Parts: sequence; structure tokens; C-alpha cells
Amino acid sequence: MTSSAPSADLKTTPLHALHRALGAKMVPFAGYDMPVQYPAGILAEHLHTRAAVGLFDVSHMGQLRLSGANPARALETLVPADIVSLAPMRQRYTQFTDENGGILDDLMVTNAGDHLFLVVNADCKDADLAHLKAKLPAGVTMTPLPDQALLALQGPKAAAVLARFAPEAAAMTFMSAATLTLDGVACFVTRSGYTGEDGYEISIPAEKVEAFARRLLDQPEVKPIGLGARDSLRLEAGLCLYGHDIDTTTSPVEADLVWSIGKRRRAEGGFPGAARIQRELKEGTGRKRVGILPEGRAPVRDGTELIAGGRAIGKVTSGGFGPSLGGPVAMGYVETGMAKIGQSLEAMVRGKALPARVAALPFVKTNYYRG
Amino acid sequence: MSTLRYTEEHEWIRVDGDTATIGISPYAQEQLGDVVFVDLPQPGKKVEKGKEVAVVESVKAASEVYAPASGEVVAVNGDLSTEPAKVNSDPLGAGWFVKMKLANKAELDGLMDQAAYDAYVKGLH
Repeated sequence: MTSSAPSADLKTTPLHALHRALGAKMVPFAGYDMPVQYPAGILAEHLHTRAAVGLFDVSHMGQLRLSGANPARALETLVPADIVSLAPMRQRYTQFTDENGGILDDLMVTNAGDHLFLVVNADCKDADLAHLKAKLPAGVTMTPLPDQALLALQGPKAAAVLARFAPEAAAMTFMSAATLTLDGVACFVTRSGYTGEDGYEISIPAEKVEAFARRLLDQPEVKPIGLGARDSLRLEAGLCLYGHDIDTTTSPVEADLVWSIGKRRRAEGGFPGAARIQRELKEGTGRKRVGILPEGRAPVRDGTELIAGGRAIGKVTSGGFGPSLGGPVAMGYVETGMAKIGQSLEAMVRGKALPARVAALPFVKTNYYRG
Repeated sequence: MSTLRYTEEHEWIRVDGDTATIGISPYAQEQLGDVVFVDLPQPGKKVEKGKEVAVVESVKAASEVYAPASGEVVAVNGDLSTEPAKVNSDPLGAGWFVKMKLANKAELDGLMDQAAYDAYVKGLH
């Protein structure tokens, strides 16, 4: 057993004091002092989110605005998704790609009418801002929104809870956006999240977030949820974690994110790394991201080597315990020939070859509200 | 009642005659969070003081458990294979990991007693 070092020189979110007051265990994450769990613990928090509603502080993530002359057209020079066809108040998932077709970050883009609203990963936000600044044409303005906090309200009862503050929240469909007045505060809300559950992400002025978070926590269905359960929820949902499942060494095709690349963009290209990505779309890739279900009870963690027929065929990129499944779950990259659902393989854990098989993602059925 | 002794890495050891029982402290289980798997050695395995004797996995991460003293593993807590959460609910009792036949009881002299360990944990905050 070893103890972790205390945190120092870390940034904080506007909810830092509330996390402390709620008894959170704080850990360094992406340069921030963040709650990994509250007293209930990761298992209880995870299961609560799947059964009721979890409230997550995701204010460490980067929020920014692109405005000016046709920001959608400009953004398409940096991402493979179809942004031009994104209808007003609709949201889409995409990736910043590099010239080699690797992934610089993954992000959410919303057409907010007169501008685009972007949410990027905390770890990548400085690099993303520099990338945008360097690559966007002169007529497009990028505005970081450091004074906006971000809450994620996730779970099957999220709509019922948010409708108490703004009845129109209930009618929003998955991946749509709206400006809602919540507790007297104008908030930019999307019906999305990263847990596989129905829910919302709420962009709210930093100085108003604690009061609203407390109002949400007063609702009987809502409990605060830390980053530990956020990670196990997104893993069960088969969603990629930047820096683990995707990075500059993986292309969107290898990562099985082809669904996020628009049909027109596949044909036309015009984004960084398009040559490689278009070639991979046509010819396939040597490896592919898959779900991996270990057969025993031992968790199979990030970095674990995967073998089949006595040779290395891949590596785990995210792995742990899936509380909703009651057992270990993982995902990683395997040779494409070994990527079929049901394929038997072995995971090398502490020198032991543990049986596992390739499994369909997500591990837990998603619960999005599609209207 | 036999006394508990602790390592700085938060293992405990309790000696009854020639045999010692080993587990992790309440502080350690709290730091780990929900325990979901314990990787235990085979009985008969010889372990040196300070070397890995088991691995405990929480939802978050895997952590090694080091032997507080040298000896041979004579029994392991099979209940943990189906109920690893016993490490959380009863770390000093039903959540024990292994029993060992000690090679050299004098190795225990350097370990902390309850009062010393309590003061040590307090100093970690």
C-alpha cells in the first residue's frame, strides 16, 4: 500500500468549496483539484446515476465560442464532422485531427444560432485554443469562456428534475440545445453528457453555479458524483477518454468513430489528415478499438497487453470495474482480424494470462431521449 | 486478545502462536475506496518482508500489499473472491488477506503498535 501525495499548485473550479463541504475526496486531474468521489463512494455514485440523477462538476473542461464569418465552414477545416449542415440548436461530436490523421482532442460542437459553442477536454484546452488561434481564418473570432461553469446532470430522472426549473427542458431531444432560465439565470443547456444516460450539460455563469448546484442537490433524486464514477460510467457506455482511448497515434477510423464523420466530409475531405482517413475508410485499418470483457473478476487496466495464439495482438486503453455489470470491463485496440465480437483472447495481468473476449460496445444500453 | 502491528504502507499483522494474519488497515481501505477484487497468492508461497504478498483492486486502481514479515503463506481468505467488499466493511476482521507461518518473529519489532500507527496516520493529513 502506498499513499498519494497531497495536491499543490492546482487550479480550482467555482464549485471547489462546495465539493469540500460535501466531503469529497479531492485529487489532481488535468491541472485541477477535482472531486474523485464523495462519501457515498464510486460504486454507489455510479449506480445512483444509472437509477436516478447524478450531478457532475465538469467546469474544468474548456468552453469557447466561434463567431464571425461562417464559423462552421472555418471549423470544418479542422474537424472531420459535417458542421455546415448542423441545424440551429443542434449539437455534434467530433475530433480535432492533425496532419497525420491522429486525434488532437475530441469535442462537442453546438450551432448556437449566431455562433458555434464548443466544449473541449480540460487537458487539451490550452493546446486547442492555440490550435484554433493559429488555424482559423481572420474573419472568425474565438472567445474562450473562462467565466462559465459547466454542470452535467445525468440519469433517467434528469428530465423530471430539470423540468421543475424550466418545463421546456423535458421536450428537448438528445443532442439539442436551448437557452433556459434556470433559477433566474440564463443558461446554455444541451441534452447530452458522457455517461450513456439521458441528461443535460448546463453552461452557467461561474458566480451563479454554486447556488444552482445547491438547488439541484436539494432535489431528492440528485446526488453529487465524482470523477471516479464519471470514468466508470463512460467506460460502460463505450465512450472514448482522450489520452487513453484516443490520442495523436489513433485515427478516428481506428477508434471506431466513423459514425461521427459526415458523408459529405468523407467524400470531400478538406480536414487535417483527410488523406489517411479517406484511405482507411476505403481500405480499412490494421487495428480497431473494441470492447473487451474479461471472464474472471480481476480488473484489466489501461496498458494491459492482449494476446491470442501466443502473440501480442493489442493493448487495453481503458479498463476497470463496471458497477452496473458487476464485473470487469475494458476497451482497447486489437488487430482487425481479432476484432470480431466473441473473439477469445487473453489479457496479461501481473504475469498471468486471463481469459477475455471481444464484446459489443456499449456494455450498458444507452438511455438517450430521442423524442 | 492478540495485538496488531502496522507497517508504514498500512498493512496490519496479528500473531497467534506461530501463525500471523495479515490485512490492510481501516485507513488503507478508506483511501482505496470500494474494493472489487483481491489477487491472493497460493498457499505454500514463500514471501520476504516488504515484498508483495497480494494485490488489492479498487474501482480506481490496483495496489500492492506487502508482507509485514517474512514467512510462508499457509492460508488465504477465499471469501474475498466472491465478497471483496469485506475488505471495506471489516478490514481488521473478515477482510483479512493471508495467514503466514513466520520465519523470524524478531522482524515484528520494527513495526508500529496501535498508538504509534494512529499517530502516524494522523500525521498524514
